[in-house]
Amino acid sequence: MNRTLYDKLVDAHKVCDLPDGDMLIYVDLHIMNEYTSPQAFSGLDTKQLGVWRPEAHLAVVDHVNATRSSKPHDAASKLLIDNLEANCLKHGIAFYGLGDRRQGIEHVVVPEQGLAAPGMLIACGDSHTTTYGAFGSLGFGIGTSEVEHVLASQTLRYKRLKTMLVDINGDPAPGVTAKDIIMKVVQVIGAGGANGYAIEFAGSAISLLSMSGRMTICNMAVELGGRAALIAADDKAYRMAAGRAHSETLCFDSEDWVSDAGAEFDTTLTIDASEIAPLVSWGTSPDQSVPIDKHVPQFASQTTPKARAAMERALDYMGLKPGQSMQDITIDSAFIGSCTNGRIEDLRAAADILKGRQVAQGVNAVVVPGSAITKLQAESEGLDKVFTEAGFDWRPESGCSMCLAMNDDIAMDGERVASSTNRNFEGRQGRGARTHLMSPAMVAAAAVAGHLADVRDYTLETK
Amino acid sequence: MPATVSGLAAPLPLSNVDTDVIMPKRFLITITREGLADGTFADLRFDEAGKQRPDFVLNQTPWLKATILIVGDNFGCGSSREHAVWGMRQLGIKACIGTGFAGIFFDNARKNGLALPVITAEDRDALLQLAGTENGIEISIDIEHRNITAGDMTLPFQMDDATQAALIRGGDETLDTLEYADAIRAFENGLTDSMRVSVIK
Repeated sequence: MNRTLYDKLVDAHKVCDLPDGDMLIYVDLHIMNEYTSPQAFSGLDTKQLGVWRPEAHLAVVDHVNATRSSKPHDAASKLLIDNLEANCLKHGIAFYGLGDRRQGIEHVVVPEQGLAAPGMLIACGDSHTTTYGAFGSLGFGIGTSEVEHVLASQTLRYKRLKTMLVDINGDPAPGVTAKDIIMKVVQVIGAGGANGYAIEFAGSAISLLSMSGRMTICNMAVELGGRAALIAADDKAYRMAAGRAHSETLCFDSEDWVSDAGAEFDTTLTIDASEIAPLVSWGTSPDQSVPIDKHVPQFASQTTPKARAAMERALDYMGLKPGQSMQDITIDSAFIGSCTNGRIEDLRAAADILKGRQVAQGVNAVVVPGSAITKLQAESEGLDKVFTEAGFDWRPESGCSMCLAMNDDIAMDGERVASSTNRNFEGRQGRGARTHLMSPAMVAAAAVAGHLADVRDYTLETK
Repeated sequence: MPATVSGLAAPLPLSNVDTDVIMPKRFLITITREGLADGTFADLRFDEAGKQRPDFVLNQTPWLKATILIVGDNFGCGSSREHAVWGMRQLGIKACIGTGFAGIFFDNARKNGLALPVITAEDRDALLQLAGTENGIEISIDIEHRNITAGDMTLPFQMDDATQAALIRGGDETLDTLEYADAIRAFENGLTDSMRVSVIK
């Protein structure tokens, strides 16, 4: 029988069927952060349960910590951070806390440490755990009750998903990045269009991408509802997994971690990468985006009254009008970072635009490296100087920061942010804050221009 | 949970209501599950000064007493935060009826006795209309037989067997799973050393 990569991964991790129709699946690596795990640990205490296999878990502080300093910025965040450390100490779990040279955003840290490899099953109390699909491994987000479940049993109750193949062929035009490709996929399929599916990304445009780009693609698959994202494991994936702290100890080569030829998917979709332009979001859902050289959509394109009402609400929140040119939208802030686009390749792409240029007057521009290791690498390449000389605030500590504003990096009511992150939800970056999603290079271009800007005007012109 | 969930239904037709909107991040800086009722839909329910927004359905008569929500497409998308479900339960919400829910939210709901019947867009729109009438409407959700009664209408809904069983039975899935400890150990015995992750401390 020809199986999809997804089915191979599920089959390889299935412990047993359960009488209610679910199955138990085995979790190879479980990652925790400080905000979705406290109630899981207290659940264990209440039920007087221990941790099944403490060495199979990693806890990283990333969501609530300040990035200006390695000290918590307030008592509440300190409580969450201290609570996680105490729980890890009690149960013998690895803890990468503030000041640790391995600390950073969990989904940046795990690949850096060689803890993601083809064929694994990785779970984490964070929706962007789909990132690990870039390695041909099955990664997905879970809630806190499931965090407790995997701590106690190393397993999860699981239902097999439907499968979707997104085939992306053709050469992307200059200026078009992995971020633009996945934003296009979200736009085409819609914010909930892949609910109930595991999505496999394939095609020449995906093969050509670096591992960093593939992680960006899989990371944002959750924005179209994909509970898992997958890319066939190839040489790039194996090379990325090699030569790191844990690489020597891990090998999951019981299968070729690719879909068999002729494997059938429940749904298949084809996208021509050569037709994708650099995209920027205009609304409050990640599927609301347009090419940077276009305009805010007109109401005429909204067919139903409900769709029109939703668009009106989004435009009202964003302070925009139908037909407005995207490049006329002035920004207050620029943010580069996050598990979507906070890796070294993302910082290099933004720095390329910023070299010899200045952030526009009045724009508050911030860059938060995806991890402590990313920061050191960037500094060794002189990228920190490029950012600071251009007028960016180069943060010394890593974390999720302004992607979700759980620390002290919070956008004000009405503040408009060009952001390399993953969600433009109402209130995501602060109550009333207005987020425009785009690639890191586009954020850099917007910071320089003072308004949303076409990165192609910056890469093609002589500086 | 009883096999039938009944209550006044409120219409919340917005699409893509995400968990940031259901539970804004300022309520997440906590190590307990409690005290989240006030945070639930906080930015929709209250203005900056903390006053109730009269335009939000749950602040209006008769829906102040609603325990069931009729929701837009893709409800619960975004962040994995289970705080969203805890908060809705603490606010007294027992069920959301919609055309489809984001996966993590769906699983979180099951663990906390929040029923999420899935119906067609046509049926959902009919329920939205009924729920939005002046006096609102009482809805009854028969989990066991997978149907919804509203006025003269009886509508079938979808729910997978395991979720249905979990909602009716309640109980604790962590403890239930540990009854399969032998199967888990047997699986682990089949793993090679290089398939047993050991994170460096």
